[in-house]
Amino acid sequence: MRNILAVAGKELRSYFHSPIAYLVMAVYSVLCGFFFYSFTATYVVQTFRMQAMGGMGMPSMTINDYVIRPLFEGVLAIVLLLLIPLITMRLYAEEKRSGTIELLLTSPITDLQIILGKFLGALLLYGTMIVITFGYLGVLFIYGNPFAKPLIAQAVGLFLFGGALLALGMWISTFTKNQIIAAVVSFAVFLLFYVLNWVTAYSSGAVSRVLAYLSLTTHFDAFSKGVVDLKDLVYYLSVIVLGIFLTARSVEALKGRV
Amino acid sequence: MIEVENLTKRYGPTLAVSGVSFQVQKGEVLGFLGPNGAGKTTTMRIITGFLSASSGRVRVAGFDVAEAPLEAKKRVGYLPENPPVYTDMTVNEYLAFVGRIKGVARTELKKRIAEVSEKCAVADVQNRQIGKLSKGYRQRVGLAQAMIHNPEVLILDEPTAGLDPKQIIETRELIKGLAGQHTVILSTHILPEVSKTCQRVVVINKGTVVAMGAPDELTARLQGYGTVLVTAEGPAPEITSKLQTVPGVTLVEQRESSGPRITLEVHTEKNHDVRAELARAVVQSGWGLFELKTSGMSLEDIFLKLTTRDLGEEAAAQKELPAGGGEAKAEN
Ligand SMILES: Nc1ncnc2c1ncn2[C@@H]1O[C@H](COP(=O)(O)OP(=O)(O)O)[C@@H](O)[C@H]1O
Ligand SMILES: [Mg+2]
Repeated sequence: MRNILAVAGKELRSYFHSPIAYLVMAVYSVLCGFFFYSFTATYVVQTFRMQAMGGMGMPSMTINDYVIRPLFEGVLAIVLLLLIPLITMRLYAEEKRSGTIELLLTSPITDLQIILGKFLGALLLYGTMIVITFGYLGVLFIYGNPFAKPLIAQAVGLFLFGGALLALGMWISTFTKNQIIAAVVSFAVFLLFYVLNWVTAYSSGAVSRVLAYLSLTTHFDAFSKGVVDLKDLVYYLSVIVLGIFLTARSVEALKGRV
Repeated sequence: MIEVENLTKRYGPTLAVSGVSFQVQKGEVLGFLGPNGAGKTTTMRIITGFLSASSGRVRVAGFDVAEAPLEAKKRVGYLPENPPVYTDMTVNEYLAFVGRIKGVARTELKKRIAEVSEKCAVADVQNRQIGKLSKGYRQRVGLAQAMIHNPEVLILDEPTAGLDPKQIIETRELIKGLAGQHTVILSTHILPEVSKTCQRVVVINKGTVVAMGAPDELTARLQGYGTVLVTAEGPAPEITSKLQTVPGVTLVEQRESSGPRITLEVHTEKNHDVRAELARAVVQSGWGLFELKTSGMSLEDIFLKLTTRDLGEEAAAQKELPAGGGEAKAEN
């Protein structure tokens, strides 16, 4: 555990010693803030209009349905597809480029401790981004009264969604010395995973059902509606474990060939 | 302390290291000598556990690096060809991180950092960012890193490469000072380095060991093929054929000539000192003798021979090694 924390601490320090952490958080805050503002403003305008019409026979509009849910359903995931490669690209690529991989792999710690340390470091940076999201949403509690319970599911979903991408991005970063390549490939892979469920729109065989199941989006839907479903939890945790396992395999291969 | 047995490493079709075996005793400084591409880095990477071997095995302090990697790694400090430093960290931050992953106890860490910083002369830059340090300092930070957990074994890959002459001398002094307390393997493609820092040398070429022994021994071994340089004034063909008749001389070649003065390279048989006869031959024939000196085999010459010789000769030379190592000494 001490070794994992040492590596995680080193990763976090590197993030904050370079512009990356600040860039990622700034971009995220601005985009997230803009979407949040847009949804909130739309909501406010529509509520007024509804009240003017007397709200006859209309279901009542909740903040959860009109602000929070669209935020999670549509836009956050896409922002993350873009930003998470920036977090994971350096994890192994930079160690390979600078030669510090030789230090890590010849130290008396296991590959898994290194991998978990790196994953944890990236996850902590990502966690601060989620905190920003909920900082915005906290504003809603001051001026309105949204339901808190769905928010918990949404937070868990966002965290797992990001965790899965981080694990896959870390794996991809083991293949190159070049951070840019790692980022571009990660983005392409993430995007593909994200839109896999589109196949159901034009085909309905077993294959397309499997592809849809594998899609990151499919499993995010329930979370964004405020529901924690066991099968979605299992899915994201499996992707995280798979990413860590593939990273371990890839590091093994480095030792055989590099 | 270190046992390397029949080590072989393939990179796809390339055979980088082939059947390398040697041992290093406790407290010894072993020079690992070979030209670029000989397989030094590959061998060292296998010893440190960075690479796995295709076949063969390595034991460090009795621990097999493939079977008990953590135990072996605890006992090894490694300075790769390029110091593995994080350029965004300060020297202190870096040594603290390395200390932690090398298993230095929390309570000891400060003391160890101070000790190695002192020893490697980086204490004066302890709060500077490593990326802003000179190559010499970075190399010493790399060395400090390798020693932070006070390992029994130090593996140093070309520790003086890229340094200026003053830094090279300092680094060599530092390494010599490690003998006794640490077992050291040091690789280099620079010959004078081994005679200056190492007690024993393993010469490797194209992935195989071509010679082994003390630097003096290696010199003595080739002493037999020694050459004498004769500078004389007179007709070149006559002098050449005259010297050829001296007993013990195997070959006479003309090296250079300036005006009437010529320099001849006289190859002699094993352990034959023919200098007196050569002098007599020149003077008695009435030619002027200007200079006469043995071109004692420096390690440089040995090295050239070792790496250019064909396989058959090598095998023969290998057998001669124990017998050849005697009282003969290089005269530079
Ligand atoms: N990662 C690699 N992939 C393929 N071949 C390699 C690799 N690393 C080294 N080699 C080859 O192995 C041989 C030995 O290299 P190396 O151990 O670096 O030699 P040295 O350190 O003595 O210069 C060289 O022919 C080199 O080209
Ligand atoms: Mg090398």
